[in-house]
Amino acid sequence: MIPAGFDYHAPATLSEAVALLSRYGEGAKVLSGGQSLLPLLKLRLGHAEHLVDIGRIPGLEYIKEEGGMLRIGGRTRESALEQSELIRGRYPILYDTVRVIADPLVRNLATVGGNLAHGDPGNDHPATMLALGAQVVAVGPSGERVIPIDKFFLGLFTTALQPDEILTEIRVPSPPPRSGGAYVKLERKVGDYATAAAAAQVTLGANGVFDHVGLALTNVGPTPVRSQDAEDALIGKRPTDAVIAEAARRAADASSPTPDRRGSVEYKRDMARVLAGRALKQAVQRAGGQ
Amino acid sequence: MATHKITVTVNGAAREADVESRLLLVHLLRESFRLTGTHIGCDTTHCGACTVLLDGQPVKSCTVLAVQADGREVSTVEGLERDGKLHPVQEGFWEKHGLQCGYCTPGMLMTGCALLARTKEPSEQDIREAISGNLCRCTGYVNIVQAIQYAAAKLRER
Repeated sequence: MIPAGFDYHAPATLSEAVALLSRYGEGAKVLSGGQSLLPLLKLRLGHAEHLVDIGRIPGLEYIKEEGGMLRIGGRTRESALEQSELIRGRYPILYDTVRVIADPLVRNLATVGGNLAHGDPGNDHPATMLALGAQVVAVGPSGERVIPIDKFFLGLFTTALQPDEILTEIRVPSPPPRSGGAYVKLERKVGDYATAAAAAQVTLGANGVFDHVGLALTNVGPTPVRSQDAEDALIGKRPTDAVIAEAARRAADASSPTPDRRGSVEYKRDMARVLAGRALKQAVQRAGGQ
Repeated sequence: MATHKITVTVNGAAREADVESRLLLVHLLRESFRLTGTHIGCDTTHCGACTVLLDGQPVKSCTVLAVQADGREVSTVEGLERDGKLHPVQEGFWEKHGLQCGYCTPGMLMTGCALLARTKEPSEQDIREAISGNLCRCTGYVNIVQAIQYAAAKLRER
C-alpha cells in the first residue's frame, strides 16, 4: 500500500518545525516514529498534505530524573525506555507498559510522545501517564506550555495539542518512598491492542493505608479512563482484597467499551475489573505492602 | 510534490536515489535498488517479512519512508553472506531447518542478527521475545529458535 502524495519536511530545529506547522495548519502532521501515522496514511484512513519529521531535531531523546521529576524527551524511542535502568528500577509501571507496546521491531522506531499525541485510546502509555499524574510539555509559536495529563485526552484521536504544537517532553513526578505501580494488559497476541488494560500507581502511608492512588484503563472508552470514584474508594483504607475488589468494580463502572472482535461490552468491562484488581495488587506489593 | 535526492548506505555501499516523499523504504530497496531479498508480507506493520536493519536496529521497512533513511545505514539479507560463506545465522537456518516456505526468512535472519549483535548468549525466552514481531506460519517457531541458538554458539566459537 502506498500513501497518497504529501510533501516531506525535515527541519533541523524545533522553531523551524513549529514554523512549518504554523504555515501549513491542519494540512500538516508531525512525523515522530511513524509507527501509527504511516499505517494510517497507507490505509488512507488518514490524510496529510505535509509531514513534518521531527526525527532530525537534536535534543528530543532523553530519559533523566531532575528536580524531583522524571523527564522523558518527546521523541524518545520505546526501545530506549525499555532498556533504561532508571525506568526498570524506579518506574516499574513504565517498564511494564513499554514491554507490551506493539512488538520489539516497532518499539525500535515508535516514540513515547507519539504514543500520547496520537490520542488513540488503544495505546498503552496514556493510562499509565494518567495513573502517574504526568504532565505534557508542548511547544508552539507562542512558546512552551505545560498540560496536565488529565486535560490532555479530549476524545477519540483528539488531544489538547494544537495543530502547530509539538509534544517535546513528558514529566512524571518522582514517586515518594513506599510507592509502587503496575500495568497489566490483556491482549490476544503480541502486537495487538489491549482487549483491556489497567494502570495503577499507589503510595502507602506509614500505617499501611493508601495515601495516594492513580488508576486508569486502556481501550475501554473513547479516551483512556481514569476513575476518581475508584481512587476515592481506596484513600485512607488498608489494601485488603475486599477494598481492592470494590475499587476495581468502580473503575470498570466508569468504562464505556465498544464491542468488536476482541469481545463484547460485558466481557471487556469485566476484564477491566479483573485487570484493575490485579494492577492494584501488584502496585501494592511493589510499594512494599501486603 | 517535490522529490528528494537521498544517499543511503546499503550493505556498506553508498547508493543515491531521487525519491518521492511517500516512497516506502521497502519499495526503495526492492524496486529502485533491485534488492528483492527483503519481502513484503502484510504491508501493515504486523508480519516483519520486510525487516531490515536501520543503523543496526531491526525495523519494519514497510513503515519507514525512504527519505527517512537519508544519510543512514541499511542492512538487508543480501549483505549477510561474506566471500561466498553464509552468515552463522543463515547457516543455522540451513542446519536446523529453520524455514519451510521461506517467506518470513529474510526478516527472521535480520532480527536474529540484530539480537546476536547485542547478546552473546540469549536464552530461549530472549530469542522468542526478539522474534515476536516476525510472524512465521509454517514452522511453529521451534526450528527458528534452534537456528538462532546454533548461530549464537557458532559466533561464540569465533
